[in-house]
Amino acid sequence: MFTAFLIKYAEIGIKGKNRYLFEDALVHQIKFALKKCEGKFLIHKSQGRIHVEALEDFDFEETVEHLKRVFGISGICPVVYAEDEGFEKLCDTVVRYLDDVYPDKNKSFKVHSRRARKDYPMESMEINAAMGEAILHAYPEMSVDVHEPEILLNIEIREKIYIYSETIPGPGGMPVGTGGKAMLLLSGGIDSPVAGYMIAKRGVKLDAVYFHAPPYTSERAKQKVVDLAKAVSRYTGPVWLHIIHFTDIQLYIHEKCPHEELTIIMRRYMMRIAEQIAKETGCLGLITGESIGQVASQTMQSLIATNEVCELPVYRPLIGFDKKDIVEIAEQIGTFETSILPFEDCCTIFVAKHPVTKPNVKIIRRHEHNLDEKIEELVKTALDTKEVVVCT
Amino acid sequence: MEVYLDNSATTRAFPEVAELMTKIMCEDYGNPSSLHIKGVQAEQYLRYGKETFARLLKVNEKEIFFTSGGTESDNMALMGCAFANHRRGRHLITTRIEHPAVLNTMRYLESVGYKVTYLPVNSQGQLELEELRRAMTPDTILVSVMHTNNEVGSLQPVAEAGALIKRMNPGTLFHVDAVQGFGKAKIYPKKMGIDLLSASGHKIHGPKGVGLLYVGEKVKIQPILYGGGQQMNLRSGTDNVPGIAGFTKAAELLYEHYEDDVKRLYQCKHYFMDGIRKLDGIRINGLLPGKNDGEGTAPHIVSVSISGVRSEVLLHALEEDGIYVSAGSACAARKPQPSETLKAMGIERTLLDSTIRFSFSVYTTAEEIDYTLRTMYDKIPMLRRYTRRR
Repeated sequence: MFTAFLIKYAEIGIKGKNRYLFEDALVHQIKFALKKCEGKFLIHKSQGRIHVEALEDFDFEETVEHLKRVFGISGICPVVYAEDEGFEKLCDTVVRYLDDVYPDKNKSFKVHSRRARKDYPMESMEINAAMGEAILHAYPEMSVDVHEPEILLNIEIREKIYIYSETIPGPGGMPVGTGGKAMLLLSGGIDSPVAGYMIAKRGVKLDAVYFHAPPYTSERAKQKVVDLAKAVSRYTGPVWLHIIHFTDIQLYIHEKCPHEELTIIMRRYMMRIAEQIAKETGCLGLITGESIGQVASQTMQSLIATNEVCELPVYRPLIGFDKKDIVEIAEQIGTFETSILPFEDCCTIFVAKHPVTKPNVKIIRRHEHNLDEKIEELVKTALDTKEVVVCT
Repeated sequence: MEVYLDNSATTRAFPEVAELMTKIMCEDYGNPSSLHIKGVQAEQYLRYGKETFARLLKVNEKEIFFTSGGTESDNMALMGCAFANHRRGRHLITTRIEHPAVLNTMRYLESVGYKVTYLPVNSQGQLELEELRRAMTPDTILVSVMHTNNEVGSLQPVAEAGALIKRMNPGTLFHVDAVQGFGKAKIYPKKMGIDLLSASGHKIHGPKGVGLLYVGEKVKIQPILYGGGQQMNLRSGTDNVPGIAGFTKAAELLYEHYEDDVKRLYQCKHYFMDGIRKLDGIRINGLLPGKNDGEGTAPHIVSVSISGVRSEVLLHALEEDGIYVSAGSACAARKPQPSETLKAMGIERTLLDSTIRFSFSVYTTAEEIDYTLRTMYDKIPMLRRYTRRR
């Protein structure tokens, strides 16, 4: 029945002269999202809207599912197109439309018509009244309510006539790519994919970095992170995943530094390496899944210690979230199942029984000097031997 | 150098097997149930398979049933027997060290009202007959004991168990899971009091997805799959002709050089164990008392516990150098699942998570073993140095 979708967007509407940039980005993202759907679609903007028109048979559910993952969309309205064959024919079509969409007729409604094509013989107020009458005649159990109707029936008269009344909520946010690019530290846990999702929702394109520590972390742990990046890419478009071989650095820290400080020093090096790749790839910030007090390395004192090694801003969208709330989003975006697969990640393998929870930055810096002899070379090797996997 | 020492997980197919299967899939692809010549040709492979396995096991052709592998064979034996004989009794016996295909089927049968006794094993991973004797009741309809344990390679006293069962209650059926043992030891069901025997193709250099169940002529079992009534109504489903032919070919080739191969596997095992013993803090599991050369255990499996090294880490460290082995127990930091077999054998807790399984095949060479030993000498001290300090 439906042959097109009208895409509503929220924040883009209030943009000024650069609004077209946001609209073009949204069109681009919609095109990308629909590539994986059955059927061909024509996507075009006209008069402040984006239309997605199906050119052949398509799968309604699947298409909506994919559109719901495009940031920037606030609502998706399934539309029926009707040819202009006179007002009576139009009334018939609308009556049939109501029957298809609302099997239960015990509802109030309002007809809201717009006459964009001014040579149409009736004015919009006339259309509203006559159409309302025709509907009441067909379904006496329906009632008119012009203030708070349960069904707001839109009739738009253009080259063709558009009929729509339902709005499926979209994810909101801004089209990916309009806000620059940032580097996500992806560990394989529950939090980091959610953090990436949230920042991407503000229009930011994602790159990701994963620290791999063979033989302590397995090939399957790496595959898990690739799978997570793929899951996130359904919302963000292709994610470049940079895989850093971290074992030698980790063992060197293990050897030279106090065991309780291992995790914090290790994280400082992860931030440094991530920042380096970020700068090389044009990222404007780092993203982590940290949340205050969740683990020893995420206390406010620890965050000072890991934060001070970077110049770029570090975005921590989950900083005030409880685990429960994070899990909820992870389930909703479909990363939870993968996140909880039981493979070790590089943060847990050598973790001390009682790691420091309130590190003193000065002491950490002093202990880091134990690494002076070889660390620069090890970091350079790690960067030189990095692998890149494009996840889509 | 690539060294595959995980032959208890699966094996490389013999080239002759792959060749034959390709030919069948591309040329003799008929359905054995079809009436035309294409079907008749395909059926020949099936007949030949039954003939061959009947000859190798010294049983009748009509007692051989082809399945989709070890798991299906075990399921068919256990469930088929339990359901067909529930009027005679509802008690089953097995051991604590069986493969999950047996253990989990038993647990399912418990959930539908059967009673199951899980027998313990001694520290060598062997069932003691006295335990079996005590567990037998007039209500016991089936005993299931594996031939060769897949994790430590301990051999179970199946012939003795078979004799004991038949002496105590001739009506009790005896199933043997010989997935690891078939081809490595001579097994003759009729001489050993075995009523049902499972074997699998891919453990003996044949294809995956094919196995067999020997069902003694007088044994009453019920099918677990219903359909077109193939294989005398006991195992419906279009016969996996290429799989069955490949499995048959592999078994034939294996039995051709049987004596030499088994001797060579034992040589490999001795050589490897001698090398392993040069490391300190190691322990080879499942050896019989006073038989340090591995006599009385499977020729192809060596289970080693290495103190201070997590098995998963050692596995990946060996993998880096192209050596593929198995962790004696599948463990992850957050979800420890120590192996049931090792626990049943009473191995100390600290070693449960440090056990590695090496398993050889006819393709294993002395060079490969030397390379593996050298790599271990090299890596184990390093891995012991970097551990989680407590």
